[in-house]
Amino acid sequence: MNFSEKLKSGKFLITCEVAPIKGVNIAEVLEEEAEPLRGKVDGFNVTDMQSSVMRLGSLPVCHFLAQRGLEPIFQVTCRDRNGIALQSDLLSAYVLGIRNVLVLTGDYMTLGDHPEAKPVFDLDSVSLLKVASTLMEGKDMKGNELDGKPEFCLGAVVNPGYDPVELQLIKMEKKIRAGAKFFQTQAIYDLEIFEKFMKEAEKFKVPVLGGIIPLKSAGMAKYMNEHIAGISVPEKYIKMMAEAKKEERVKTSIQISVELIKGIKSLCQGVHFMPMGWKHTLELLEATELA
Amino acid sequence: MLVTQLKPEEEVLAKISGKRLFIFGCLGCKELYFPKEEVAKFVDGLKEEITGRATLDYLCNREFVKAYIGEYSKEIEGAELVLVFSCGVGTQVVSALLEGKLVYTGCDTLYLNGFQGLSARNFNCDQCGQCYLNYTAGICPITNCPKGLLNGPCGGAKNGKCEVDPEADCAWVLIYKRLEKLGKLDTLTKILSPRDYSKNITEYLSQKEGVK
Repeated sequence: MNFSEKLKSGKFLITCEVAPIKGVNIAEVLEEEAEPLRGKVDGFNVTDMQSSVMRLGSLPVCHFLAQRGLEPIFQVTCRDRNGIALQSDLLSAYVLGIRNVLVLTGDYMTLGDHPEAKPVFDLDSVSLLKVASTLMEGKDMKGNELDGKPEFCLGAVVNPGYDPVELQLIKMEKKIRAGAKFFQTQAIYDLEIFEKFMKEAEKFKVPVLGGIIPLKSAGMAKYMNEHIAGISVPEKYIKMMAEAKKEERVKTSIQISVELIKGIKSLCQGVHFMPMGWKHTLELLEATELA
Repeated sequence: MLVTQLKPEEEVLAKISGKRLFIFGCLGCKELYFPKEEVAKFVDGLKEEITGRATLDYLCNREFVKAYIGEYSKEIEGAELVLVFSCGVGTQVVSALLEGKLVYTGCDTLYLNGFQGLSARNFNCDQCGQCYLNYTAGICPITNCPKGLLNGPCGGAKNGKCEVDPEADCAWVLIYKRLEKLGKLDTLTKILSPRDYSKNITEYLSQKEGVK
Protein backbone atom coordinates (compact mmCIF):
# COMPACT_ATOMS: atom_id res chain seq x y z
CA MET A 1 0.00 0.00 0.00
CA ASN A 2 1.34 3.46 -0.83
CA PHE A 3 0.81 6.50 1.38
CA SER A 4 -2.32 7.65 -0.44
CA GLU A 5 -3.94 4.21 -0.14
CA LYS A 6 -2.99 4.02 3.54
CA LEU A 7 -4.69 7.37 4.15
CA LYS A 8 -7.86 6.02 2.61
CA SER A 9 -7.62 2.77 4.57
CA GLY A 10 -8.18 4.62 7.84
CA LYS A 11 -5.04 3.02 9.32
CA PHE A 12 -3.22 4.99 12.05
CA LEU A 13 -0.21 6.45 10.25
CA ILE A 14 3.28 7.52 11.25
CA THR A 15 5.35 10.02 9.32
CA CYS A 16 8.74 11.40 10.21
CA GLU A 17 10.62 14.47 9.11
CA VAL A 18 14.01 14.08 7.43
CA ALA A 19 16.10 17.23 7.16
CA PRO A 20 18.55 17.51 4.24
CA ILE A 21 22.02 18.50 5.38
CA LYS A 22 23.81 21.73 4.59
CA GLY A 23 26.20 20.29 2.04
CA VAL A 24 26.41 17.30 -0.24
CA ASN A 25 26.97 14.30 2.04
CA ILE A 26 23.63 12.82 1.12
CA ALA A 27 24.60 9.41 2.52
CA GLU A 28 24.24 10.88 6.02
CA VAL A 29 20.60 11.77 5.45
CA LEU A 30 19.74 8.49 3.76
CA GLU A 31 21.72 6.06 5.94
CA GLU A 32 21.57 7.72 9.35
CA GLU A 33 18.23 9.48 9.35
CA ALA A 34 15.99 7.49 7.03
CA GLU A 35 17.22 3.87 6.87
CA PRO A 36 16.89 3.12 10.62
CA LEU A 37 13.17 3.89 10.30
CA ARG A 38 12.63 1.59 7.31
CA GLY A 39 9.44 -0.40 7.75
CA LYS A 40 8.53 1.59 10.85
CA VAL A 41 7.04 4.73 9.34
CA ASP A 42 4.57 5.28 6.51
CA GLY A 43 6.20 8.33 5.03
CA PHE A 44 9.31 10.50 5.19
CA ASN A 45 8.69 14.25 5.03
CA VAL A 46 11.71 15.90 3.45
CA THR A 47 11.87 19.54 4.49
CA ASP A 48 12.37 22.42 2.05
CA MET A 49 15.19 24.41 3.66
CA GLN A 50 13.38 24.64 6.99
CA SER A 51 13.72 27.83 9.01
CA SER A 52 14.95 29.47 5.77
CA VAL A 53 18.42 27.95 6.14
CA MET A 54 20.04 27.19 2.77
CA ARG A 55 20.56 23.43 2.42
CA LEU A 56 20.46 20.52 0.03
CA GLY A 57 17.09 20.44 -1.72
CA SER A 58 14.10 18.34 -0.80
CA LEU A 59 13.71 17.13 -4.39
CA PRO A 60 16.90 15.00 -4.77
CA VAL A 61 16.56 13.57 -1.25
CA CYS A 62 12.96 12.55 -2.01
CA HIS A 63 14.12 11.00 -5.26
CA PHE A 64 16.79 8.86 -3.58
CA LEU A 65 14.35 7.79 -0.86
CA ALA A 66 11.86 6.73 -3.51
CA GLN A 67 14.61 4.80 -5.31
CA ARG A 68 15.27 2.86 -2.09
CA GLY A 69 11.59 2.06 -1.68
CA LEU A 70 11.15 4.53 1.19
CA GLU A 71 8.03 6.62 0.66
CA PRO A 72 8.91 10.34 0.46
CA ILE A 73 6.65 13.31 1.14
CA PHE A 74 8.05 16.23 -0.84
CA GLN A 75 7.75 19.47 1.16
CA VAL A 76 7.43 22.56 -1.00
CA THR A 77 7.33 26.15 0.26
CA CYS A 78 6.38 29.33 -1.60
CA ARG A 79 9.33 31.25 -0.20
CA ASP A 80 12.02 30.80 -2.86
CA ARG A 81 10.36 30.05 -6.18
CA ASN A 82 7.80 31.80 -8.34
CA GLY A 83 4.84 30.06 -9.97
CA ILE A 84 6.88 28.99 -12.99
CA ALA A 85 9.61 27.31 -10.93
CA LEU A 86 7.14 25.70 -8.51
CA GLN A 87 5.15 24.14 -11.34
CA SER A 88 8.32 22.92 -13.02
CA ASP A 89 9.57 21.39 -9.76
CA LEU A 90 6.27 19.59 -9.26
CA LEU A 91 6.56 18.09 -12.75
CA SER A 92 10.18 17.17 -12.02
CA ALA A 93 9.16 15.56 -8.75
CA TYR A 94 6.65 13.34 -10.51
CA VAL A 95 9.21 12.28 -13.11
CA LEU A 96 11.65 11.46 -10.28
CA GLY A 97 9.16 9.06 -8.71
CA ILE A 98 7.70 11.35 -6.03
CA ARG A 99 3.97 10.98 -5.39
CA ASN A 100 3.29 12.84 -2.13
CA VAL A 101 3.60 16.61 -1.81
CA LEU A 102 3.19 18.74 1.30
CA VAL A 103 2.57 22.40 0.54
CA LEU A 104 3.57 25.19 2.95
CA THR A 105 3.85 28.97 2.86
CA GLY A 106 7.41 28.85 4.22
CA ASP A 107 9.20 30.81 6.92
CA TYR A 108 10.37 34.32 6.17
CA MET A 109 14.01 34.75 5.09
CA THR A 110 14.98 36.78 8.15
CA LEU A 111 14.55 33.63 10.28
CA GLY A 112 17.38 31.86 8.47
CA ASP A 113 20.98 32.28 7.42
CA HIS A 114 20.32 34.40 4.30
CA PRO A 115 18.18 37.21 5.76
CA GLU A 116 18.95 39.57 2.86
CA ALA A 117 17.61 37.25 0.14
CA LYS A 118 14.66 38.35 -1.98
CA PRO A 119 11.37 37.00 -0.63
CA VAL A 120 9.28 35.44 -3.41
CA PHE A 121 5.87 34.28 -2.13
CA ASP A 122 4.45 34.57 -5.66
CA LEU A 123 1.90 31.90 -4.73
CA ASP A 124 0.62 31.06 -1.28
CA SER A 125 -0.13 27.61 0.18
CA VAL A 126 -3.75 27.70 -1.01
CA SER A 127 -2.97 28.82 -4.55
CA LEU A 128 -0.05 26.36 -4.82
CA LEU A 129 -2.37 23.48 -3.86
CA LYS A 130 -4.78 24.68 -6.51
CA VAL A 131 -1.99 24.86 -9.08
CA ALA A 132 -0.85 21.31 -8.19
CA SER A 133 -4.44 20.10 -8.61
CA THR A 134 -4.58 21.81 -12.01
CA LEU A 135 -1.35 20.07 -13.08
CA MET A 136 -2.99 16.77 -12.15
CA GLU A 137 -5.78 17.63 -14.60
CA GLY A 138 -3.18 17.98 -17.35
CA LYS A 139 -2.99 21.78 -17.45
CA ASP A 140 -0.62 24.40 -16.11
CA MET A 141 -1.89 27.31 -14.04
CA LYS A 142 -2.52 29.36 -17.18
CA GLY A 143 -4.58 26.58 -18.76
CA ASN A 144 -1.91 25.38 -21.21
CA GLU A 145 -2.02 21.65 -22.00
CA LEU A 146 0.61 19.35 -20.50
CA ASP A 147 2.03 16.34 -22.32
CA GLY A 148 1.09 13.69 -19.78
CA LYS A 149 -0.27 14.46 -16.34
CA PRO A 150 1.29 13.94 -12.92
CA GLU A 151 -0.54 12.29 -10.03
CA PHE A 152 0.00 13.47 -6.50
CA CYS A 153 -1.33 12.90 -3.04
CA LEU A 154 -1.43 16.52 -1.79
CA GLY A 155 -1.12 17.54 1.81
CA ALA A 156 -0.96 20.72 3.84
CA VAL A 157 -0.27 21.93 7.36
CA VAL A 158 -2.43 23.39 10.09
CA ASN A 159 -1.61 24.89 13.48
CA PRO A 160 -4.17 23.71 16.11
CA GLY A 161 -2.80 25.99 18.84
CA TYR A 162 -3.01 29.15 16.72
CA ASP A 163 -5.01 32.03 18.12
CA PRO A 164 -7.59 32.74 16.73
CA VAL A 165 -8.01 29.11 15.71
CA GLU A 166 -11.07 29.98 13.58
CA LEU A 167 -8.68 31.65 11.15
CA GLN A 168 -6.73 28.37 10.81
CA LEU A 169 -9.96 26.45 10.25
CA ILE A 170 -11.06 28.87 7.50
CA LYS A 171 -7.73 28.40 5.74
CA MET A 172 -7.81 24.63 6.34
CA GLU A 173 -11.14 24.43 4.54
CA LYS A 174 -9.74 26.47 1.65
CA LYS A 175 -6.77 24.11 1.42
CA ILE A 176 -9.14 21.14 1.24
CA ARG A 177 -11.10 22.82 -1.54
CA ALA A 178 -7.79 23.47 -3.31
CA GLY A 179 -6.87 19.78 -3.18
CA ALA A 180 -5.36 18.85 0.21
CA LYS A 181 -6.04 15.19 1.06
CA PHE A 182 -4.24 15.13 4.41
CA PHE A 183 -2.91 17.49 7.09
CA GLN A 184 0.11 17.43 9.36
CA THR A 185 0.01 19.73 12.37
CA GLN A 186 2.34 21.95 14.33
CA ALA A 187 3.68 20.23 17.45
CA ILE A 188 1.04 19.34 20.04
CA TYR A 189 1.79 19.50 23.76
CA ASP A 190 -1.62 20.39 25.08
CA LEU A 191 -4.15 17.63 24.43
CA GLU A 192 -7.08 19.77 25.56
CA ILE A 193 -6.36 22.37 22.90
CA PHE A 194 -5.89 19.65 20.30
CA GLU A 195 -9.14 17.93 21.26
CA LYS A 196 -11.00 21.22 20.91
CA PHE A 197 -9.41 21.78 17.51
CA MET A 198 -10.22 18.27 16.28
CA LYS A 199 -13.86 18.70 17.30
CA GLU A 200 -14.01 21.54 14.77
CA ALA A 201 -11.76 19.93 12.15
CA GLU A 202 -13.54 16.56 12.20
CA LYS A 203 -16.30 17.91 9.99
CA PHE A 204 -13.86 18.20 7.08
CA LYS A 205 -13.37 14.39 7.05
CA VAL A 206 -9.75 14.74 5.95
CA PRO A 207 -7.05 12.74 7.79
CA VAL A 208 -5.01 14.75 10.30
CA LEU A 209 -1.60 13.62 11.58
CA GLY A 210 -0.77 15.23 14.91
CA GLY A 211 2.70 16.77 15.19
CA ILE A 212 5.22 15.61 17.80
CA ILE A 213 8.48 17.42 18.53
CA PRO A 214 10.34 15.50 21.25
CA LEU A 215 11.63 17.86 23.95
CA LYS A 216 15.39 18.07 24.34
CA SER A 217 15.39 20.20 27.48
CA ALA A 218 13.33 22.51 29.67
CA GLY A 219 15.04 25.44 27.96
CA MET A 220 13.85 24.29 24.54
CA ALA A 221 10.27 24.07 25.84
CA LYS A 222 10.44 27.56 27.29
CA TYR A 223 11.96 28.94 24.11
CA MET A 224 9.19 27.44 22.01
CA ASN A 225 6.49 28.74 24.34
CA GLU A 226 7.89 32.20 23.96
CA HIS A 227 8.73 32.26 20.26
CA ILE A 228 6.88 29.61 18.27
CA ALA A 229 3.31 30.23 17.17
CA GLY A 230 0.71 27.82 18.48
CA ILE A 231 3.05 25.97 20.84
CA SER A 232 2.26 25.87 24.53
CA VAL A 233 4.20 23.26 26.49
CA PRO A 234 2.38 22.81 29.81
CA GLU A 235 4.27 23.63 33.00
CA LYS A 236 4.21 19.98 34.15
CA TYR A 237 6.31 18.87 31.14
CA ILE A 238 8.76 21.75 31.60
CA LYS A 239 9.13 20.71 35.24
CA MET A 240 9.68 17.06 34.29
CA MET A 241 12.43 18.04 31.84
CA ALA A 242 14.02 20.47 34.29
CA GLU A 243 14.12 17.91 37.08
CA ALA A 244 15.49 15.08 34.92
CA LYS A 245 19.25 14.48 35.25
CA LYS A 246 21.16 14.94 32.01
CA GLU A 247 21.43 11.19 31.35
CA GLU A 248 17.70 10.74 32.03
CA ARG A 249 16.49 13.48 29.72
CA VAL A 250 15.97 11.22 26.72
CA LYS A 251 13.94 8.81 28.85
CA THR A 252 11.83 11.64 30.25
CA SER A 253 11.33 13.14 26.81
CA ILE A 254 10.20 9.77 25.48
CA GLN A 255 7.83 9.41 28.42
CA ILE A 256 6.24 12.79 27.61
CA SER A 257 5.93 12.02 23.89
CA VAL A 258 4.41 8.60 24.61
CA GLU A 259 1.79 10.22 26.83
CA LEU A 260 0.97 12.74 24.10
CA ILE A 261 0.82 10.11 21.37
CA LYS A 262 -1.57 8.00 23.45
CA GLY A 263 -3.80 11.03 23.78
CA ILE A 264 -3.54 11.97 20.11
CA LYS A 265 -4.30 8.42 18.97
CA SER A 266 -7.96 8.56 19.82
CA LEU A 267 -8.39 12.02 18.29
CA CYS A 268 -6.90 11.80 14.80
CA GLN A 269 -5.46 9.51 12.12
CA GLY A 270 -1.75 9.54 12.80
CA VAL A 271 1.34 11.17 14.22
CA HIS A 272 3.98 13.21 12.48
CA PHE A 273 7.42 13.29 14.14
CA MET A 274 9.65 16.32 13.78
CA PRO A 275 12.86 15.26 15.59
CA MET A 276 14.82 18.42 14.69
CA GLY A 277 18.19 16.86 15.36
CA TRP A 278 17.00 14.65 18.24
CA LYS A 279 18.52 11.21 17.60
CA HIS A 280 16.17 8.88 19.47
CA THR A 281 13.13 8.59 17.19
CA LEU A 282 13.55 4.82 16.86
CA GLU A 283 13.57 4.36 20.66
CA LEU A 284 10.52 6.58 20.89
CA LEU A 285 8.69 4.55 18.23
CA GLU A 286 9.49 1.36 20.11
CA ALA A 287 8.36 2.86 23.41
CA THR A 288 5.08 3.95 21.86
CA GLU A 289 4.58 0.45 20.45
CA LEU A 290 3.72 2.04 17.18
CA ALA A 291 6.70 0.49 15.50
CA MET B 1 3.06 58.81 -11.00
CA LEU B 2 0.13 56.76 -9.88
CA VAL B 3 -2.85 55.85 -11.92
CA THR B 4 -6.20 55.03 -10.42
CA GLN B 5 -8.67 53.16 -12.56
CA LEU B 6 -12.27 52.22 -12.04
CA LYS B 7 -12.53 48.52 -11.13
CA PRO B 8 -14.48 46.35 -13.60
CA GLU B 9 -18.14 47.32 -13.05
CA GLU B 10 -19.29 43.74 -12.35
CA GLU B 11 -16.72 43.43 -9.60
CA VAL B 12 -17.96 46.56 -7.82
CA LEU B 13 -21.65 45.80 -8.38
CA ALA B 14 -21.25 42.32 -6.91
CA LYS B 15 -20.15 43.95 -3.66
CA ILE B 16 -22.70 46.77 -3.43
CA SER B 17 -25.81 45.60 -5.23
CA GLY B 18 -29.03 46.48 -3.37
CA LYS B 19 -27.22 48.22 -0.53
CA ARG B 20 -27.63 51.76 0.81
CA LEU B 21 -24.41 53.59 0.06
CA PHE B 22 -22.40 56.53 1.21
CA ILE B 23 -19.82 57.57 -1.35
CA PHE B 24 -16.40 59.06 -0.73
CA GLY B 25 -14.51 60.38 -3.71
CA CYS B 26 -11.03 61.79 -4.01
CA LEU B 27 -10.20 64.52 -6.48
CA GLY B 28 -6.75 63.06 -6.79
CA CYS B 29 -3.55 64.99 -6.63
CA LYS B 30 -0.63 65.95 -8.79
CA GLU B 31 0.94 62.56 -8.08
CA LEU B 32 -2.11 60.71 -9.25
CA TYR B 33 -4.20 60.39 -12.35
CA PHE B 34 -7.80 59.99 -11.29
CA PRO B 35 -10.67 59.02 -13.62
CA LYS B 36 -13.12 61.74 -12.48
CA GLU B 37 -15.49 61.49 -15.42
CA GLU B 38 -15.71 57.70 -15.40
CA VAL B 39 -16.44 57.68 -11.68
CA ALA B 40 -19.15 60.35 -12.01
CA LYS B 41 -20.76 58.38 -14.85
CA PHE B 42 -20.62 55.15 -12.86
CA VAL B 43 -22.09 56.70 -9.71
CA ASP B 44 -24.86 58.47 -11.65
CA GLY B 45 -25.83 55.16 -13.21
CA LEU B 46 -26.17 53.36 -9.87
CA LYS B 47 -29.65 52.15 -8.94
CA GLU B 48 -28.70 51.88 -5.27
CA GLU B 49 -29.92 54.41 -2.70
CA ILE B 50 -27.19 56.90 -1.89
CA THR B 51 -27.44 58.47 1.56
CA GLY B 52 -24.78 61.04 0.81
CA ARG B 53 -21.54 61.71 -0.98
CA ALA B 54 -18.44 63.68 -0.24
CA THR B 55 -15.70 64.42 -2.70
CA LEU B 56 -12.55 65.97 -1.39
CA ASP B 57 -8.94 66.65 -2.13
CA TYR B 58 -6.48 64.30 -0.47
CA LEU B 59 -8.52 61.44 0.89
CA CYS B 60 -5.14 60.25 2.19
CA ASN B 61 -5.16 63.09 4.75
CA ARG B 62 -6.43 61.44 7.90
CA GLU B 63 -7.37 64.58 9.83
CA PHE B 64 -9.14 66.06 6.86
CA VAL B 65 -11.16 62.88 6.29
CA LYS B 66 -11.95 62.66 9.99
CA ALA B 67 -13.55 66.11 9.85
CA TYR B 68 -15.64 65.11 6.85
CA ILE B 69 -16.78 61.93 8.58
CA GLY B 70 -17.98 64.09 11.49
CA GLU B 71 -19.84 66.38 9.14
CA TYR B 72 -21.54 63.50 7.33
CA SER B 73 -22.04 61.25 10.36
CA LYS B 74 -25.80 60.90 9.86
CA GLU B 75 -25.53 60.02 6.20
CA ILE B 76 -22.73 57.53 6.89
CA GLU B 77 -24.67 55.95 9.72
CA GLY B 78 -27.69 55.54 7.45
CA ALA B 79 -25.64 53.71 4.84
CA GLU B 80 -25.01 49.96 4.85
CA LEU B 81 -21.64 50.43 3.30
CA VAL B 82 -19.22 53.12 2.28
CA LEU B 83 -17.90 53.05 -1.26
CA VAL B 84 -14.62 54.85 -1.87
CA PHE B 85 -13.24 56.10 -5.16
CA SER B 86 -9.57 56.84 -4.59
CA CYS B 87 -6.16 55.23 -4.62
CA GLY B 88 -5.50 52.43 -2.13
CA VAL B 89 -4.27 54.91 0.45
CA GLY B 90 -7.55 56.83 0.62
CA THR B 91 -9.59 53.66 0.97
CA GLN B 92 -7.41 52.46 3.84
CA VAL B 93 -7.64 55.83 5.59
CA VAL B 94 -11.45 55.81 5.39
CA SER B 95 -11.64 52.16 6.40
CA ALA B 96 -9.38 52.69 9.43
CA LEU B 97 -11.54 55.62 10.57
CA LEU B 98 -14.79 53.70 10.19
CA GLU B 99 -14.05 50.62 12.30
CA GLY B 100 -17.58 49.25 12.45
CA LYS B 101 -18.51 49.99 8.84
CA LEU B 102 -18.05 48.04 5.64
CA VAL B 103 -15.79 50.07 3.41
CA TYR B 104 -15.27 49.00 -0.21
CA THR B 105 -13.16 50.50 -2.93
CA GLY B 106 -14.30 51.07 -6.48
CA CYS B 107 -10.76 51.49 -7.83
CA ASP B 108 -7.50 49.76 -8.66
CA THR B 109 -4.24 51.64 -8.27
CA LEU B 110 -1.20 51.22 -10.48
CA TYR B 111 2.24 52.69 -10.67
CA LEU B 112 3.56 54.54 -13.66
CA ASN B 113 7.31 54.96 -13.92
CA GLY B 114 8.80 58.36 -14.47
CA PHE B 115 7.52 60.25 -11.49
CA GLN B 116 10.08 61.31 -8.94
CA GLY B 117 8.97 61.99 -5.44
CA LEU B 118 6.25 60.78 -3.13
CA SER B 119 4.57 57.55 -3.98
CA ALA B 120 1.79 55.55 -2.40
CA ARG B 121 4.41 52.97 -1.45
CA ASN B 122 5.16 55.17 1.54
CA PHE B 123 1.54 54.88 2.55
CA ASN B 124 0.55 51.24 2.51
CA CYS B 125 -0.39 50.86 -1.14
CA ASP B 126 1.73 48.76 -3.49
CA GLN B 127 -0.17 49.92 -6.59
CA CYS B 128 -0.85 46.31 -7.56
CA GLY B 129 -3.65 47.29 -9.92
CA GLN B 130 -6.02 44.64 -8.53
CA CYS B 131 -7.09 46.13 -5.21
CA TYR B 132 -7.85 43.40 -2.65
CA LEU B 133 -9.24 45.75 0.02
CA ASN B 134 -12.80 44.61 -0.66
CA TYR B 135 -11.92 41.11 0.55
CA THR B 136 -9.77 42.12 3.47
CA ALA B 137 -11.80 44.61 5.48
CA GLY B 138 -9.94 47.57 4.04
CA ILE B 139 -6.56 46.34 5.35
CA CYS B 140 -4.05 45.69 2.56
CA PRO B 141 -2.56 42.16 2.80
CA ILE B 142 0.13 43.01 0.26
CA THR B 143 1.74 45.87 2.15
CA ASN B 144 0.85 44.79 5.69
CA CYS B 145 1.84 41.11 5.45
CA PRO B 146 5.58 40.67 4.70
CA LYS B 147 4.74 37.60 2.63
CA GLY B 148 1.89 39.37 0.84
CA LEU B 149 -0.35 36.38 1.48
CA LEU B 150 -3.79 36.57 -0.15
CA ASN B 151 -5.58 33.55 1.30
CA GLY B 152 -5.13 33.86 5.02
CA PRO B 153 -2.26 33.93 7.49
CA CYS B 154 0.83 31.75 7.58
CA GLY B 155 1.22 29.76 10.78
CA GLY B 156 3.84 32.10 12.15
CA ALA B 157 1.98 34.76 14.13
CA LYS B 158 2.42 34.53 17.90
CA ASN B 159 -0.13 36.31 20.11
CA GLY B 160 -1.34 38.18 17.06
CA LYS B 161 2.15 39.49 16.27
CA CYS B 162 4.01 38.95 12.99
CA GLU B 163 6.78 36.29 12.74
CA VAL B 164 8.95 38.76 10.82
CA ASP B 165 8.46 41.74 13.12
CA PRO B 166 7.21 40.86 16.61
CA GLU B 167 6.41 44.54 17.15
CA ALA B 168 3.91 44.53 14.30
CA ASP B 169 0.39 43.14 14.37
CA CYS B 170 -0.26 40.21 12.04
CA ALA B 171 -2.23 41.76 9.17
CA TRP B 172 -4.37 38.65 8.85
CA VAL B 173 -5.35 38.66 12.50
CA LEU B 174 -6.39 42.31 12.07
CA ILE B 175 -8.32 41.44 8.92
CA TYR B 176 -10.02 38.54 10.74
CA LYS B 177 -10.99 40.64 13.74
CA ARG B 178 -12.42 43.41 11.60
CA LEU B 179 -14.41 41.04 9.38
CA GLU B 180 -15.69 39.25 12.48
CA LYS B 181 -16.87 42.55 13.90
CA LEU B 182 -18.61 43.34 10.60
CA GLY B 183 -20.21 39.89 10.43
CA LYS B 184 -18.40 39.26 7.15
CA LEU B 185 -16.12 36.30 7.92
CA ASP B 186 -17.55 34.44 4.93
CA THR B 187 -15.54 36.81 2.72
CA LEU B 188 -12.43 34.89 3.79
CA THR B 189 -13.62 31.63 2.25
CA LYS B 190 -13.06 32.93 -1.28
CA ILE B 191 -9.86 31.56 -2.82
CA LEU B 192 -8.05 34.52 -4.36
CA SER B 193 -5.90 33.97 -7.44
CA PRO B 194 -2.21 34.89 -7.33
CA ARG B 195 -1.38 38.54 -7.93
CA ASP B 196 -0.97 39.46 -11.59
CA TYR B 197 2.48 41.01 -11.84
CA SER B 198 2.04 41.79 -15.53
CA LYS B 199 -0.11 44.73 -14.40
CA ASN B 200 3.01 46.41 -13.13
CA ILE B 201 4.76 46.57 -16.47
CA THR B 202 5.14 50.16 -17.66
CA GLU B 203 4.44 49.37 -21.32
CA TYR B 204 1.14 47.84 -20.38
CA LEU B 205 0.14 51.01 -18.59
CA SER B 206 1.31 53.54 -21.10
CA GLN B 207 -0.89 51.91 -23.73
CA LYS B 208 -3.93 52.51 -21.57
CA GLU B 209 -6.21 55.13 -22.94
CA GLY B 210 -6.55 58.28 -20.90
CA VAL B 211 -3.27 57.86 -19.10
CA LYS B 212 -1.09 60.86 -19.73
